Amino acid sequence: MPIEPVVGLLPGLLDLPFRDGYVSSVIYVSLYVSLTAVALSTLFSVPVAVLIGFSEFPGKGFVKSVVNTGMGFPSVVVGLVVLFAVSNQGPLGSLNLVFTREAMIMSQFVLATPPITAISLAAVSGVDDGVRDAARALGGTRLDAALVVLKEARYGIATAILAGFGRAISEVGSVLIVGGNITGADGISKTRTLTTAIQLEARQGQYETAMILGAVLVVLVLTVNAVVVHFGDGGVNR
Amino acid sequence: MPIHRRRFLTALGAGAVASTAGCARLVGGGGEGGSGGSDDRPAVAGETLTLTTTTSTYDTGMLDEIHTDFEEMYGVTVDAVAQGTGAALESARNGDSDVVMVHARGLEDEFLRNGYGVNRRDLMFNDFVIVGSESDPAGIQGMSSATEALTAIADAEASFVSRGDNSGTHTKELNLWEAAGTEPGGDWYQETGSGMGEALNIANQQGAYTLSDRGTFISQRSEIDLTILVQGPIEDGPEILANPYGIMAVNPGVHDNANYDLAMAYIGWITSPGTQDAISDYQMNGEQLFFPEAVSEDPDFQQYVPEGWSSDSSDE
Repeated sequence: MPIEPVVGLLPGLLDLPFRDGYVSSVIYVSLYVSLTAVALSTLFSVPVAVLIGFSEFPGKGFVKSVVNTGMGFPSVVVGLVVLFAVSNQGPLGSLNLVFTREAMIMSQFVLATPPITAISLAAVSGVDDGVRDAARALGGTRLDAALVVLKEARYGIATAILAGFGRAISEVGSVLIVGGNITGADGISKTRTLTTAIQLEARQGQYETAMILGAVLVVLVLTVNAVVVHFGDGGVNR
Repeated sequence: MPIHRRRFLTALGAGAVASTAGCARLVGGGGEGGSGGSDDRPAVAGETLTLTTTTSTYDTGMLDEIHTDFEEMYGVTVDAVAQGTGAALESARNGDSDVVMVHARGLEDEFLRNGYGVNRRDLMFNDFVIVGSESDPAGIQGMSSATEALTAIADAEASFVSRGDNSGTHTKELNLWEAAGTEPGGDWYQETGSGMGEALNIANQQGAYTLSDRGTFISQRSEIDLTILVQGPIEDGPEILANPYGIMAVNPGVHDNANYDLAMAYIGWITSPGTQDAISDYQMNGEQLFFPEAVSEDPDFQQYVPEGWSSDSSDE
């Protein structure tokens, strides 16, 4: 389904006043940073969601509120905090991460983790208690039960990952601050993402090229969503 | 950077008990790679120079044009980060860049006095212009004094768009208001907190006045209806609208990880006759954007020190 808009965009892409390889390198950096951040975030968030979902402890409601609040973290503030951490003067200063993709991944990890955790938690909590009890009754360990619940909740978790990805790839505030929006003199992006490229064009008043880059971003997000939903559906039908 | 990678790996090696040998090998490899071994390549090859600069230099595309030459000469990469002058200096203050190219002498001087910057050179200049719609509600067209023009705008309470972002242009604008003896404020005065291009667009949509560097205005002129109402010194306007750019290395005494030798190579290269010619040759829409001023027969000691500094004075 998303093929038609892509084809429709191609003539526009060819007309862009950019050097060879610029747009594709910007897309590459966007995907590299956001996908890596979301992958790390998923590895962290899903086990945490299962852990919280499976256990009863005082203050569980409070923990949930904190995670939900995290979904509203302003990306600029996250960028500032990460910048403070990785800056030469900060605690991670000796790693020289300022203006690198690694720093961008760090800030997007912070941004993507709350939505992935919160939505996964909702998905896990939504699985009928009977499923878990049955798994335990059949002699499964806690891990077995967790895996069964995860399998039941996979569509919700896919949604969580997509939400995290959407948050990561569309945010501009933090990657601009910690990444520096750098492109080499040869026109190949180092830390420029689609969002910061759009911001740069808008700053220069080049609203048309900014719009075209925006369309590229939308198509990219659509494609990733389509791929994930496709696999999600496949899992349901299998 | 290689120094720190090594230090980090050393720490890792010390921490890990089981894999000490493996880490030691890694440390050795990092060291050799960092100091760039082979005879036909300069020892700096492969290093990265981080330059924080202003949107007004970056957005013209001039840096991309000239940097290729430097990168090929030394086999290095220049990471140019476009920020406002204030942010560019702040990054350097935190040790996050190696060299700064900005245009606000007052802020540069403060940076020097605080010990963060060394080896300042005058680099190039262009000028600021006051632009507005042709209808010119405050009647400032052709005025030879920038301060009188601003006073007229304030008296007429005609819309004025300010950058409001602590950039070099914003700093200049504030200095002009101060020189005019007027405190801007009220509905007609809008701080946008945006880059020059956006500020020009906002001024364009609202028929407002704004202060712009000539380079950005030229690069955007074809898309907006604003016109130059008060010229800068390049077109015989008042000297107060001059827009000089300076370049400084980050003091390695303050930030020992600053790539000082490469920063100095960069300053040497960009103030050399060849690069200064390249700056002068760079055009947009048929107009020269920057006028080099680093190469001169006459000595100009003031470029190396905070303005007005003298070794005779008691000043530090």
